[in-house]
Amino acid sequence: MAMDINDLRSIITVAGLLCFLAIVGWAYGKGSRKGFDEAAKLPFAEDDDDGAAENASHRR
Amino acid sequence: MSGTQTTYNDKVVRQFAFMTVIWGIVGMLVGVIIAAQLVWPELNIGPWLHFGRLRPLHTNAVIFAFGGSALFATSYWCVQRTSHARLWGGPLVPFTFWGWQLIIVLAALSFPLGITTGKEYAELEWPIDILITLVWVAYALVFFGTIAVRKASHIYVANWFYGAFIIAIALLHIFNSMEMPVTLTKSYSMYAGVQDAMVQWWYGHNAVGFFLTAGFLGMMYYFVPKQAGRPVYSYRLSVVHFWALIFTYMWAGPHHLHYTALPDWTQSVGMLFSLILLAPSWGGMINGIMTLSGAWHKLRDDPILKFLITSLSFYGMSTFEGPMMSIKTVNALSHYTDWTVGHVHSGALGWVAMVSIGAMYYLLPRLFGKKEMYSTSLVTAHFWIATIGTVLYIASMWIAGVMQGLMWRAVNADGTLAYSFVESVKGSYPFWAIRWLGGVLFLLGMLIMAYNMFKTMAGGKIQDVPVIAPAGHHA
Repeated sequence: MAMDINDLRSIITVAGLLCFLAIVGWAYGKGSRKGFDEAAKLPFAEDDDDGAAENASHRR
Repeated sequence: MSGTQTTYNDKVVRQFAFMTVIWGIVGMLVGVIIAAQLVWPELNIGPWLHFGRLRPLHTNAVIFAFGGSALFATSYWCVQRTSHARLWGGPLVPFTFWGWQLIIVLAALSFPLGITTGKEYAELEWPIDILITLVWVAYALVFFGTIAVRKASHIYVANWFYGAFIIAIALLHIFNSMEMPVTLTKSYSMYAGVQDAMVQWWYGHNAVGFFLTAGFLGMMYYFVPKQAGRPVYSYRLSVVHFWALIFTYMWAGPHHLHYTALPDWTQSVGMLFSLILLAPSWGGMINGIMTLSGAWHKLRDDPILKFLITSLSFYGMSTFEGPMMSIKTVNALSHYTDWTVGHVHSGALGWVAMVSIGAMYYLLPRLFGKKEMYSTSLVTAHFWIATIGTVLYIASMWIAGVMQGLMWRAVNADGTLAYSFVESVKGSYPFWAIRWLGGVLFLLGMLIMAYNMFKTMAGGKIQDVPVIAPAGHHA
């Protein structure tokens, strides 16, 4: 069976889907929780925030 | 800590924020003028101020001058605050401001003179295209350079959206602007026929997807949490939202070319990806609105939050309408009618302008050393005037568009057309007048904003703000 450019195109499409599903799996996995919580607080370090991040954390 | 404290570069943010309001007024004024020209054709004066020449001036001014300045201002603010670092790049930073302003002025001169490539949203001729490329590369260097020297370990999600916007616009601009110069003011596209059309709408739709969506979502992910005083509803949803947009947006362009010479399968792919786009769009909208969860009361007396949350509602509405209009059978009715114009403005006025205005009201007092805007009640007035203007605009265009679509496709029993084209024009007049009124109201809101801005600037003390070390990080 000869491969042509369209097989490569199909492979790229399927690989793209698998890559996206892997990202979803990673984002909703347990391991990423701590880093995400830290990242979500990044905008709240200035003087005018008065601990906004601490008293209003969404647990999701 | 040594004696010389590093400060944030807020000067460039101040410049871009100020010009956001000014260009907003200019771009929307031109919009009001061309809306009036449709109602009163006598207003088409000479070749220079004709609808055909002013229309690209309007679209370029509101998208690239108003929207672009808002994106520069907010991305520079956000990337510094969330990276805990001063903008990287030294002289490149003012170059992005002055270069961008020069491009806008050149656009404002060349369009009335009739200098255009004729490619929608990419009308600027080749010398200006080269200048855009230079400014954009400088912008990318400044933005990613700042990310590279950041003190925080994470890259906040808003910066991912801003970063994607910068990279995608570079890609789109370069490939769609491949052209052969003939003279200083005239060039021809490198592509021909249906390929040219496809490249153009690959560009055109992703200008919507990455300039008018990804960039402003970056704005949303920073300013909604800041103004609400709480972190984004779900950070993991924001990560999935980001990658879902990146994986799907690039393929939606063909829906601009339904029932054309574009191959049928390409049209169907474009329609399918447009339908898929509903999921990430609504995921992002819900993530933004739910950030207010548990603090809904803040919406009652905070007009800045009103702007931000209403913008998300319009974002949700137009990203539901868009996929629906990409369905080929719906498109057969909606395409080439005012429905499309209404849809675009639901996104442009309701989403892009409102989220930018909200972000500017957040930034302006902070940039000019004030606690809040000169008048909060004028911000509230601006909100209601802008909302009523937007609703008038969208509703009138819906009615006009569906009416036009139905009239154009109506046939008599013998197969001849039931209406001539000019009959649909005649029927549209009252709705074009309502649209003009909606535009006037939106412009009026911007004038109120400008007054409020100048009053806020007056007597303000501009102070350099020191860069703050990230939490748990002791320098």
